[in-house]
Amino acid sequence: MPISEQTRADAQAIIARYPEGHGRSALLPMLHLVQAEEGYVTVAGIAFCAQMLGLTKAEVGAVATFYTMYKRRPVGEHIVSVCTNTLCGLLGGDEIFAATSAQLGVGHDQTTEPAENGVALTLEHAECLAACDYAPVVTVDYEFFDRQTVDSTAALVAALERGEKPLPTRGAPLCSFRETSRLLAGFPDPRPDVVDAGPAGAPTLAGLAHIGSSAPADGAR
Amino acid sequence: MAGVTPMLTSRWGNDRSWTLAAYQQADGYLGLRQALTTMTPDEVIAAVKASGLRGRGGAGFPTGMKWGFIPQGDGKPHYLVVNADESEPGTCRDTPLMLADPHALIEGIVIACYAVRAVHAFIYLRGELPHVARRLHAAIAEAYAAGLLGTDILGTGTRVELVVHIGAGAYICGEETALLDSLEGYRGQPRLKPPFPATHGLYGCPTVVNNVGTLASVPPIITGGAAAFKAIGPEKSPGTSIFSLSGRVTRPGQYEAPMGTTLRELLDMAGGIRAGHTLKFWTPGGSSTPMFTDAHLDVPLDFDSVAAAGSLNGTSALMIFDDSDCVVRATLKWTEFYAHESCGKCTPCREGTYWMKQILQRLEDGAGTDEDLATLLDTCDNINGRSFCALGDGATSPVVSSIQYFRDEYLAHHAHGGCPLGAADSTAKVLVSSD
Repeated sequence: MPISEQTRADAQAIIARYPEGHGRSALLPMLHLVQAEEGYVTVAGIAFCAQMLGLTKAEVGAVATFYTMYKRRPVGEHIVSVCTNTLCGLLGGDEIFAATSAQLGVGHDQTTEPAENGVALTLEHAECLAACDYAPVVTVDYEFFDRQTVDSTAALVAALERGEKPLPTRGAPLCSFRETSRLLAGFPDPRPDVVDAGPAGAPTLAGLAHIGSSAPADGAR
Repeated sequence: MAGVTPMLTSRWGNDRSWTLAAYQQADGYLGLRQALTTMTPDEVIAAVKASGLRGRGGAGFPTGMKWGFIPQGDGKPHYLVVNADESEPGTCRDTPLMLADPHALIEGIVIACYAVRAVHAFIYLRGELPHVARRLHAAIAEAYAAGLLGTDILGTGTRVELVVHIGAGAYICGEETALLDSLEGYRGQPRLKPPFPATHGLYGCPTVVNNVGTLASVPPIITGGAAAFKAIGPEKSPGTSIFSLSGRVTRPGQYEAPMGTTLRELLDMAGGIRAGHTLKFWTPGGSSTPMFTDAHLDVPLDFDSVAAAGSLNGTSALMIFDDSDCVVRATLKWTEFYAHESCGKCTPCREGTYWMKQILQRLEDGAGTDEDLATLLDTCDNINGRSFCALGDGATSPVVSSIQYFRDEYLAHHAHGGCPLGAADSTAKVLVSSD
């Protein structure tokens, strides 16, 4: 599908964020923008970036293929990422990934056939997601579902397949992979109240209870 | 922490702490006003030098010295780049900081830009954090509207423009020169140093790259004074740090304490190891720092003391494992991570991690030999110090340290024909066909 005029205007806005003469810095956000428009990094999207930035398609492709968040095949309505790095993996992430994989019938970086309601899901195992104090962690479109179990993730995935959007443990209500991609291109989330959404979890605030008490003031001295 | 006021986490529990109103209610932006209206840029650099603040991103380089390396009067633009690509395994403190207290980061950024005479600043945020992006976008918009960013900050004529630049899933971009290449629109691959970013950074211009926690530590240095900051914690690693405790502890989470606090003290705060189990191994600063054991409970966790004990303070990311956890499986999984995230630029790292992953799988499956351990250590020798950046060095840390402390457990895998702990198979490989 041809790139829309709106996306061309958005790309110009991205380029304008960077100091004059350094438009190439816009490439990463523009690839997120392409995913917002196309659903993944399409051949047309690569050509679009190349044309807008005065690069060759090979130069753009070399960048797009380096980063795991740029998808080279169509993805589903949502991306379900299960952290299987060491800490999450040992605390249950490996079992969660295996069970989710069996439930959906797809492996890493694979997408289910769309259900009757049109919803398809993409599954991946992820590297450390910077939420180790909430392990094991699963994300949907990169929103955190903390302290997961095999059963809680099974229920989460089943709800997603029914077309529901369960609330993340922290963060804003789910949208879609494409809408999230637009946010990652640097365009603020237009939904009302999303900035305030999501409580801080107990691990984030765990240390506050100890302020003014435990450790010695002089550290090692 | 008697008598020590927390500097980084004190506002996290406040109502809507991420808003400008809440931050100002808690005396936010007073440091910026003080710096811009009562200090010269050189005096700000001098204050940060005098505070002894060391970078919180892992290497612990003195922040004031880094700022002082920026050549002045050189006629080139200067840049400040914030490394918010938090992805070292175990590291999870910048994310809650940016969620709860984004204005503390913005205040530190503007003070730093004033000090090094930078107009453009960038926050390089890892891609998998959309909610952090929402909070940063909102906080930056509030700061512009209040005259705390833009062309005439607080009416002083100081100009700072701040852009959030969001990555796309590459651990290597936490390495500062790979980050700069990525910010310039290239594959995130490290550059050879020297020249350092201080003279040849973003767009070939003088650039400071600082971690989120480093910059958030700057406003209290301005308001409270360098001497007060330096009085906290060890003389050569002053200030507080956010220690991230994860894994087999009763209450995992973020614990701000003076640098030099020990794991024993931190475990007291976190309710100890989970009931019925004992501490087995842990990382003092992320997976790239050699692991410690229960013999290291009393090592002061600061840059120099941890180095003296044979590891690295890194990012104060304490991943804690107990007697139910197989150290071989843990090491295998970390090695799989490094093999996946190696950018491929340097042969020792690219090829070495690829082979180590396979040897470790064999060992975990019980099909290894004593010779495999020697091969692993030899491979580590050929990676460590032989690649452009620290990713390769980091990849050797869990391998070498686990063999150092748990050789018997490796050998027990051969004797037992598999994991003697009965740990689950590396089930993440089930149905993984396209990786």
